[in-house]
Amino acid sequence: MSSHSLAVRDSTTMLRRNLLHARRYPSLTLNLLLTPIVMLLLFVYVFGDVMSAGIGGGGADRSEYIAYLVPGILLMTIGGTTVGTAVSVSNDMTEGIIARFRTMAIHRGSVLVGHVIGSVLQAVVSVVLVGAVGVAIGFRSTDATLLEWFAAFGLLALFALALTWIAVGMGMVSPNAEAASNNALPLIFLPLISSAFVPVDAMPGWFQPVAEYQPFTPAIETLRGLLLGTEIGNNGWIALAWCLGLAVLGYRWSKAVFNRDPK
Amino acid sequence: MPSSVMSTSGSGHGGGRPSPAAAISTTGLRKSYGDKTVLDGIDLHIPAGSVFALLGPNGAGKTTTVQILSTLITADGGQARVAGHDLAADPQAVRAAIGVTGQFSAVDGLITGEENMLLMADLHHLSRREGRRVAAELLDRFDLTEAAKKPASTYSGGMKRRLDIAMTLVGDPRIIFLDEPTTGLDPRSRHNMWQIIRELVTGGVTVFLTTQYLEEADELADRIAVLNGGRIAAQGTAEELKRLIPGGHVRLRFSDPSAYRSAAAALGEASRDDEALALQIPSDGSQRELRSILDWLDAAEIEADELTVHTPDLDDVFFALTGSTSPTSSTSPTVPTQPTYPTHPKEEAR
Repeated sequence: MSSHSLAVRDSTTMLRRNLLHARRYPSLTLNLLLTPIVMLLLFVYVFGDVMSAGIGGGGADRSEYIAYLVPGILLMTIGGTTVGTAVSVSNDMTEGIIARFRTMAIHRGSVLVGHVIGSVLQAVVSVVLVGAVGVAIGFRSTDATLLEWFAAFGLLALFALALTWIAVGMGMVSPNAEAASNNALPLIFLPLISSAFVPVDAMPGWFQPVAEYQPFTPAIETLRGLLLGTEIGNNGWIALAWCLGLAVLGYRWSKAVFNRDPK
Repeated sequence: MPSSVMSTSGSGHGGGRPSPAAAISTTGLRKSYGDKTVLDGIDLHIPAGSVFALLGPNGAGKTTTVQILSTLITADGGQARVAGHDLAADPQAVRAAIGVTGQFSAVDGLITGEENMLLMADLHHLSRREGRRVAAELLDRFDLTEAAKKPASTYSGGMKRRLDIAMTLVGDPRIIFLDEPTTGLDPRSRHNMWQIIRELVTGGVTVFLTTQYLEEADELADRIAVLNGGRIAAQGTAEELKRLIPGGHVRLRFSDPSAYRSAAAALGEASRDDEALALQIPSDGSQRELRSILDWLDAAEIEADELTVHTPDLDDVFFALTGSTSPTSSTSPTVPTQPTYPTHPKEEAR
């Protein structure tokens, strides 16, 4: 068997294993879905009247705030599911089964690739579920063409891939599940200080760079532009650069840690 | 590595060059973590189809040796060949030939026993049908068919260990590493495990096991190496190791001090234990020697209250080789020179 088809075959086997875990123990994934859904409902139904006054120069109503909020919530969902990735990778690395995989003549990267593809699939399913809640409470895409829908979907998948590789690295360097979930906190924290809830220019001046120069804001602005027809500007390219950069960084980091001698 | 000649028999293989039949051979294997030396020059030669036991106290470096030979970690120095492949140059070829059951359970607790087996079959690239057949066969052989559909995390220690070994056997490995396979098992499970290991050997598999139980090494292994403080303190068959240690004797105990004194006076060669009123006469414990001692006692009209025969067992060897030194000490115990017995030349030179 060529090394390429070996890689594909072993990675597929590892993916099946990860999906089996997710199917057997859905509670981790489902718990992580709760946060974005609760945030969505909280900001729309509890803070909605105040929040909507702050966008679009004031005078916006609740449905406009739903439209503003949902793209950010969708990307926040991805941040949340990748925390689950960090936890499950860390769990896996502390189990004896990884030592077994390391002493078998299998494609070495397949363990990680299985985790990554499984996580991206879970993130996509989560986004669809949270998106369904958004639609149920009144979110509508105003003028997205089919192409823009594809682009939006592609952006979400790419963003999930990038954050997943970072989360895999975080999981690998964490000695246990608790540490992994702590280390992955920025993935939940970053969207809170992005343009997900309020526009960046509504924030205090000294804070605006913090919100501006991080992966979530350009990705959120791009998604808004694709689904709602707002101005994307160069946010699209910035988001793409963030995604590729994080994916490559996370991949190299994870691989380096995995190739180290286990303790 | 200085010229440490590894010999496995009296005539020996010169210069540490392994014979073609060696399943595992190492020269000067070293590993340290920081400034703590864990392995300090390990030479091994393990013929194919044999059972080799690495015996040693906790912290002696047994697990590190297994981890290196099974490609899990890399050595800092020395050479090793496993199944004819160089460990450093072609680890993937080594992996294809070996099966490893580590000290800690290497099963996926989140999925069932059967799913664990099928996972192994997939990773060994068996066809779906072949995979199912092998999985069912091994589950049955290790008495796990009933529990096959339950998550492995619910298994008892003994069941997990059996599943672990069953998973190791899926790829039909020619060399199997078992790191303390019976630690933590109850006596019944331990005997079952011994039976399993014996069956493996019948199939021509080479078994490399580590243990801290002398009985286990004695029971299973063709050859035993005693590892202490990162060095091989001695190696050979159980018999050879036992011969290393003088200690076979007949012990005569008296309750009457005057009988003790007269016996001690008459028996010049015996060593005296005045406090216990006991004499120790060196003896191999054979019937002939016992009879001559008894005849002699009768002739001298000496009546001992108790007569016990003590033959050296591996415990004596173990304690003699490992007991007096702490694992970090660099001094090795003195091993009496026996020309027919393979010892570490460096140790003898001390």
